[in-house]
Amino acid sequence: MSTTTPGEITMPMPAPAPSSLMEKPAFSVPAKKMAMWLFIIADTATFAGCLVAYGFLRNATPNWPRPFHSITNLAVMTFILLTSSLTMLNGVRAARAGNKAGALRWTLITAALGIAFALLHIREWMALIDEGMTLLKNPWGTGLFGASFYSITGLHLTHVTGGVIALIVVGLRYKGGRYNADDLEVLGLYWHFVDLVWMFVVPFVYLLNLAH
Amino acid sequence: MHDTAHAHVGQHAAPTSFIRKHVFSLDHKVIGKQYYGLALAAVLIGMFLSWLMRLHLGWTNLAIPGLHLLTKNGAPGDVMTPEFYLQLMTMHATIMVFFVLTTAPFAAFGNYFLPIQVGAEDMPFPHFNMMSFWVTFVAFLVLMSSFFVSDGPTLGGWTQYAPLSAVGQVGGPGEGAGVVLWALSIAIFCVGQLLGSLNFITTTLDMRTRGMSLWRLPLSAWGWFITSVMGLTAFAVLMPACILLILDHVAGTSFFVPANTVINDQMQPHSGGSTLLWQHLFWFFGHPEVYIAIVPGMGIVSHVLITNMRKPMLSHRVLVYAMGALAVLSYMVYGHHMFVSGMNPVSSLVFSFPTLVITIPSTIVVLIWMGSLYGAKLRINSASLFALGFISMFIAGGVSGFFLAQPSIDIMLHATYFVVGHFHLVMGVAAMFGIFAGTYFWFPKMYGRMMNETLGKIHFWCSFVGAYAIFMPFHYLGLAGNVRRYQAFAPEYMQHLIPLHKFITIAALFTGAAQLIFVYNLFVSRYKGEPARDNPWQGTSLEWSTPTTPPPHNNFGDKLPVVYHDPFQYGVESSTGDYVMQTSPEKAGPDDEA
Ligand code: HEM
Ligand SMILES: [Cu+2]
Repeated sequence: MSTTTPGEITMPMPAPAPSSLMEKPAFSVPAKKMAMWLFIIADTATFAGCLVAYGFLRNATPNWPRPFHSITNLAVMTFILLTSSLTMLNGVRAARAGNKAGALRWTLITAALGIAFALLHIREWMALIDEGMTLLKNPWGTGLFGASFYSITGLHLTHVTGGVIALIVVGLRYKGGRYNADDLEVLGLYWHFVDLVWMFVVPFVYLLNLAH
Repeated sequence: MHDTAHAHVGQHAAPTSFIRKHVFSLDHKVIGKQYYGLALAAVLIGMFLSWLMRLHLGWTNLAIPGLHLLTKNGAPGDVMTPEFYLQLMTMHATIMVFFVLTTAPFAAFGNYFLPIQVGAEDMPFPHFNMMSFWVTFVAFLVLMSSFFVSDGPTLGGWTQYAPLSAVGQVGGPGEGAGVVLWALSIAIFCVGQLLGSLNFITTTLDMRTRGMSLWRLPLSAWGWFITSVMGLTAFAVLMPACILLILDHVAGTSFFVPANTVINDQMQPHSGGSTLLWQHLFWFFGHPEVYIAIVPGMGIVSHVLITNMRKPMLSHRVLVYAMGALAVLSYMVYGHHMFVSGMNPVSSLVFSFPTLVITIPSTIVVLIWMGSLYGAKLRINSASLFALGFISMFIAGGVSGFFLAQPSIDIMLHATYFVVGHFHLVMGVAAMFGIFAGTYFWFPKMYGRMMNETLGKIHFWCSFVGAYAIFMPFHYLGLAGNVRRYQAFAPEYMQHLIPLHKFITIAALFTGAAQLIFVYNLFVSRYKGEPARDNPWQGTSLEWSTPTTPPPHNNFGDKLPVVYHDPFQYGVESSTGDYVMQTSPEKAGPDDEA
């Protein structure tokens, strides 16, 4: 098969393959974006598994506590995270428009909001620990409450932390020219997902456990 | 803009250093071979452990010389303790299910051949791909390391049921550090599978060369694609389950331990969790996992059979839809493993129904194979024999599934050797036969040499007869009330089964020894085999049109192939003989779209 038969197209290497040599990508989604969507599907399964486990335990446990009295902190955190989705959108839009400085600025603002969220979250954890709630026990009822609270919010907080690091790294490399607007958009998908998951954590883990 | 980004992914220059070439390689072909090597090492270890177990089952209290080397206090005087038996069993199953049946048919062959079969130079994310192998390798090391810590590996079985798996040392040898290492290993393994699945799915959807529409993918590619979709979400649930299990150990939480649990006369400090929760999380993964093990084999076997029958399957599309249906349904049936768990009996009914429904696509797949084979002039070689063997095992093991699917019957059969017989035939042996079929079929492409056919056929007949000799009697044992995971058959009603156990042990030693023929064939052919031509089986799919054998670093040299046909243009009259390759623009018949 060394000579060119009609079944082949000559393609100089190592130049990138012209896209005409490929079958149109399914759903016209490029690979990086698709990989992020797939990761999001997998991660959804992870969070769903955790939330279902939590619901299972909560239903099966008679002395499930409802210790939360105020939603002020929660509301502020949620507001910050929702806002950060908006700033992320702005960043991607700026990148699409070729506005490099704007894109970097919005991305870093998003990261800053993520940090603010994380700090508020950690402060909330500290307050709960002060009140005597640990992974193992708490003053109000079954120890499972603390275990599931810290695991689920901890899983989410890990996602936020990873996201913040990624935002800073990708933002700077975008400015340096290593990444482009597409990469920023892909990262944006992740960030919106982290935001969306929070919207499930809030009702299940917080609102259901508000004191009457 | 999207298109350029798309074309860039997956390309990387040929490696120059030894490390990049053979160790941390980015080449999907090298990674595929690495996975194969890992699976081979794992299967030999797993088989060795099964020999030890079988010896003990046939001749309880037999001293096995040197056994004490494997364990600190599990074999005083080289005689296996009951606990050590269970430790060996757990390691055998974990190694086999995760590191053999998941890695070889899916990760090894899929990595090597999926990108070639879609006509790509590599997967879109070669670094993820490399990581997926090395992460899996680390998972294996972590698992094996449990042989060397404190009181050895866990004895909880591959299902690792709570509460014994969650209470720590008091649960028995290996229930402390052993379980933690087990859960850690599996959690790491999940990460590797996630990375692999991302690559497989994006390769299939995004990297196809011109003309390679989805319906022109060969059935093996469909098998890997469907499996990767299952792997994406199944492992994503197992991972947090393992982490919660680890938390129960190291942080002292009680996700899986109910209040007032007394174990070995000790009241456990835990309170409030649920043992059933573990079973739900585990089987939500566990049932899809059995299809993750078998669907790649279905694809491989279909591919091998088509090539050797010289004609397409009765229906390519129905076969693909049936495999897809298996994947979807596999998520809805998991509760059939929990019929007698104490779960609400209504749930048993609810899970029994989809379990019976899933037999429909399984049956369709089998009927298509049988119907296509009917009247075909099948070329008999090692690959096609193992493909036939796969079908035989899948049917023989699948039939018992129909019985197990009824809660009322399962109450009697659950946790007996009947179940062990069921899954060893339908999953264990069948998937192994899929691996063998794939090996005999693709070895020439992977190593540029043919395997020895005579040895291959001897290997087949020994394995085929041997597997039935071992696993068919399991069904009888189960019906006779022989409970699984027992190390000795002391109660009177089981005494008369001991001769049968002796027979099984002899069969197992014999069949295991026959596998050494395969290993010998593999290594000798690798270096001394007859050189292989580019297309030794007159196949049509893209792996047979690579410019060299084995394929060059970027698979197709400086040209990407263009595809003109479905992958099954056999039994036609063409300039090459009775087949038309996917890359040939020649029209293969009146129905051909070329
Ligand atoms: C015809 C379709 C099938 C049906 C109706 C079916 C049904 C069942 C049922 C009800 C059980 C639970 C038995 C018990 O524990 O009491 C079971 C166990 C099992 N099945 Fe199947 N099965 C089918 C096909 C398969 C296939 C294709 C595989 C693998 C490729 C498989 C692998 C397993 C395994 C590994 C177990 C035992 C797990 C354990 O307890 O360790 N089955 N099957
Ligand atoms: Cu199942």
